[in-house]
Amino acid sequence: MLNQLAISELATKLAKREISARDVTQSCLDQIARVDGQIHAFISHNTADALAQADAADKLISQSGTGANRPLLGIPIAVKDVLAVKNQPLNCGSKILGKFISPYDATAIEKLKAAGAIVFGRLNMDEFAMGSSTENSAFGVTKNPWDITRIPGGSSGGSAAAVAADECIASLGSDTGGSIRQPAALCGCVGLKPTYGRISRYGLVAFASSLDQIGPFTKNVSDAAMLLGVLSGVDPRDSTSVPVPVPNYVAALDGKIKGLKLGLPKEYMIGGLDPEVKAAVDAAVKQYEKLGAEIVEISLSHTVYAVATYYIIATAEASANLARFDGIRYGARIDGNDPIELYSKTRGSGFGPEVKRRIILGTYVLSSGYYDAYYLRAQKVRTLIRNDFLRAFETVDAIVTPTTPTAAFKIGEKSDDPLQMYLSDIFTISCNLAGICGISLPCGFTKNPKLPIGLQLLGKPFGEETLLKLAHAYEQSTGWHKEKPPLSTGA
Amino acid sequence: MAAAEIDVKYVAHLARVALTPDEEKKLAAQLGGILGYIEKLKELDVTNVEPTAHAVPLVNVTRADEIRPSLPHDGALRNAPKQAGGLFIVPKIVE
Repeated sequence: MLNQLAISELATKLAKREISARDVTQSCLDQIARVDGQIHAFISHNTADALAQADAADKLISQSGTGANRPLLGIPIAVKDVLAVKNQPLNCGSKILGKFISPYDATAIEKLKAAGAIVFGRLNMDEFAMGSSTENSAFGVTKNPWDITRIPGGSSGGSAAAVAADECIASLGSDTGGSIRQPAALCGCVGLKPTYGRISRYGLVAFASSLDQIGPFTKNVSDAAMLLGVLSGVDPRDSTSVPVPVPNYVAALDGKIKGLKLGLPKEYMIGGLDPEVKAAVDAAVKQYEKLGAEIVEISLSHTVYAVATYYIIATAEASANLARFDGIRYGARIDGNDPIELYSKTRGSGFGPEVKRRIILGTYVLSSGYYDAYYLRAQKVRTLIRNDFLRAFETVDAIVTPTTPTAAFKIGEKSDDPLQMYLSDIFTISCNLAGICGISLPCGFTKNPKLPIGLQLLGKPFGEETLLKLAHAYEQSTGWHKEKPPLSTGA
Repeated sequence: MAAAEIDVKYVAHLARVALTPDEEKKLAAQLGGILGYIEKLKELDVTNVEPTAHAVPLVNVTRADEIRPSLPHDGALRNAPKQAGGLFIVPKIVE
């Protein structure tokens, strides 16, 4: 089953001509046909286009081999419905974009294509990346491949479920407050949120511009390192991409973690933490000690304020960013007697409930008389949260935490209580506010039902090499990443 | 401290989002709860704390002022809900 293999394994077989890109792509398409009716990770995918890309890759391989500058040649990678892929639909999980077709490629997509990847499929997500369960999509709910009565996490739920169910070899998502790491944890794959500015956001539909970052979902840490290398770098089309050199991330995976210091924040051992999640994370910390890392207790004292800070800053930025969806230049339009009536009707009917909730909240916290009390105060608390991390990183190389307080919850369990839903992001949100990097990787399972548990590592700004080195050393010494959901294997 | 009453109808107008009376009622209750939670931030003393607008301290990012290819006209109009003569069609603004 080629669709179950990692990029590194497939690349070797492709280079030796043991398999073709068409074989790999067809195995992914077959898996989609077999399981996607149950999990609905994809909003759409174009079979003919994917196979045409595969044939083009095979032609290139037969002419000149796979080559070091095309590390993804023949590898099918699927994309969250928030990134522009030229001539493919782009809906952000919303009705408001109508029949939008992207006129250009996002920089991240250009880079994937230049590296030889077969870029296919539109993966389901919470509308405009607002949500933690992929229940807020205009295209239906995505289900967790480990238990289809449960949510896959969100907002990049389709990206996580598709990788976990082996419908693609890797995928791209975006992370504004945990939208890569949280679904990766709940579906049992690897999800990496790079440092703010590491990957160009050009062609990523903006939710909260000071927090958004693109990142990969993969079947192991080594694939995440390889993809990060492909995707990273400064881009003149994104003035917030940072001109920091791109190291060879795969070369950093040498297992040498002896003497590295891992911080354990005492504020993350909260009351709502599920005992099985806590036990799995405790065991992972012990494993790190066994591997030679030093564990240090640290304090991130403003953690308790992170969710409130986030829901002011993210909604404020969203209310401004989503002003562009007004029915004038693209998307669906509902006519009105004057422009204001046209905007209001178009937006009132095109946006779903969670997006409306956040636009209204964001507009409120920015409105005259409330700006200082809410938005400016939140920006100041953001400074305190960021300083907590920078101070911690003076003594530790990375921070280890659970990715989520519980394993995947039931579909519908939190959908009527937005605040409870927001609180499920409590461990992932600070990372975006601080602008640092983070990764989630599998660290065990709950017993009954068997659901994945995620370990989160947080690293210094542009400290992805150390982060990936630590993640890889743990992964290789445990093997949790090799477990597959029964739905994927047909067992 | 209790959260401020939020006038959903007025804020929705500012945001240009038409709401049904049912939506207004539901949102008022939900936003009241969320704003109540957000009040937590008032516990903190933020005197002399500089606000963070961006985690990465880049300033005055510029690039060379050179002519480069851009989105072609038909590409920009391709997704327009209404267009004619190479233009977006909008409702009358000035009588």
